[in-house]
Amino acid sequence: MARPRINVPSTARRGEIVEIKTLIAHPMETGFRPDESGRLRPRDIIHTFVCTLNGEEVFRAELFPAITANPFIAFTMVATESGDLAFHWTDDHGTTQTETVRITVT
Amino acid sequence: MRRHALTAALLLALPAVAGEIGQAERRSGFDFMGPDTQALQRDDTANPGLLWVDEGAALWTRKEGAAGRACADCHGDAAESMRGVAARYPAYDAGLGRPLDLEQRINRCRATHQQSPPLAHESRELLALTAFVAHQSRGLPVAPDPDPRMEPFREHGRQLFHRREGQLDLACSQCHDDHWGRRLAGNPIPQGHPTAYPLYRLEWQGLGSLQRRFRNCQTATRAEPYAYGSAEYVDLAAYLMERARGLPVETPGVRP
Amino acid sequence: MTAPHRDTLNRRRLLAAGAGAAVVALVRPALATPQGMADAIRAFAEGAARAQPGRVRLELPALVENGNSAPLTVTVDSPMTPDAFVRRIAVFNEKNPQPNVATFHLGPRSGRAFVSTRMRLADSQTIVAIAELSDGTFWSDSAEVIVTLAACLEG
Repeated sequence: MARPRINVPSTARRGEIVEIKTLIAHPMETGFRPDESGRLRPRDIIHTFVCTLNGEEVFRAELFPAITANPFIAFTMVATESGDLAFHWTDDHGTTQTETVRITVT
Repeated sequence: MRRHALTAALLLALPAVAGEIGQAERRSGFDFMGPDTQALQRDDTANPGLLWVDEGAALWTRKEGAAGRACADCHGDAAESMRGVAARYPAYDAGLGRPLDLEQRINRCRATHQQSPPLAHESRELLALTAFVAHQSRGLPVAPDPDPRMEPFREHGRQLFHRREGQLDLACSQCHDDHWGRRLAGNPIPQGHPTAYPLYRLEWQGLGSLQRRFRNCQTATRAEPYAYGSAEYVDLAAYLMERARGLPVETPGVRP
Repeated sequence: MTAPHRDTLNRRRLLAAGAGAAVVALVRPALATPQGMADAIRAFAEGAARAQPGRVRLELPALVENGNSAPLTVTVDSPMTPDAFVRRIAVFNEKNPQPNVATFHLGPRSGRAFVSTRMRLADSQTIVAIAELSDGTFWSDSAEVIVTLAACLEG
């Protein structure tokens, strides 16, 4: 998989609701597109996106081929504690890409 | 009575003067897009073109070729060294005796200073590096290379822009000088500026170069596209940059 | 007439299978139908078919320049406390090849019932968002979208 762009404040007050925005490069091949010879290109998408804070799941998304190429996902989270915000993207090959960002909650 | 109103409406919609677009009337393709696509280009947390810029930033520091040298080793921080470059390119190369566009300049640097093979046109890596370098000029006004030796090539580009070609016997100027602002099959015709390239086109579902866009237009008008990297495209780009003088660089743009 | 040799039978089967496979590959898959969307909604949750309009706000532009990408935002009126929160938000379409768009899992840790993403639209159509609340109720909203396409397609 390729590079993501993650937008999350590096610091937050306890109890504050923060908005998290993620963008990752991926063709999200639907499985419904024909190639030049008329054969369908096989489906190849990111089907699951999970966000955890210190290992605990905060948000999950199941994605289908109707989600665009280079998927953008934005959601919110209550800043409860400092730690590692981990983002996991899993594709049809079973590969998971993980990116971790540190958040400091005061 | 209705016919007069319709004619009046059409006349108002026409550009004031057919022919070359004056400085005051120059508009980016950005202005012709819907608000959601505009918002996507403006939003640095969502503009997909920035994914390629990020990759370009990584490639900038990667050791390459037999020389084992990264772009950064010679050019340092791109935000400083590459600032203004895309606003000026295509630029004259004295060694070759003709202009080069940014993609060609990158490949020339690879060959000469990194001893590494050229990157293929429209390859992910060449798009990423070009987008990264061009992005360093975002917001700067287009200021084409002032070298007087550019003139004959710009003139060639201008002729290509005005030349009818293909089965539909259409010249670029007929849509983009004479009928910009009007609609073709329901979509607004922009002025055809190169200022946002390489850009993320929703139709491509990815980032692509100016030459890819040229080829789309030629195919659509049933003309034979030139080969990637051909002199025609570089001369045409040189002319378009002069035609876009003063408009801001937008790379990476987003377009429908 | 003598029975065909086994090799001939196999060859016929192979040719028939090959021709069939080629036809399947070349034919465009049928677009989803309103029935397909109803089935997908029921698959999401038995109670989802009886979702009441309200509390959910589905935002999509009324006019989309290119069906390859349209911004989509869903918000739900909910305090998102451990006693009252949104468990899942599912988005469905009626005319893409497949009726599901995405299913989001939230909880009290979300703070707000808000998700935003971008979707593909095969045609002008209705999009439906259904929220499953922690009290077992389902709420919905729908949006009509018109899709235009770029004029100069690559071909």
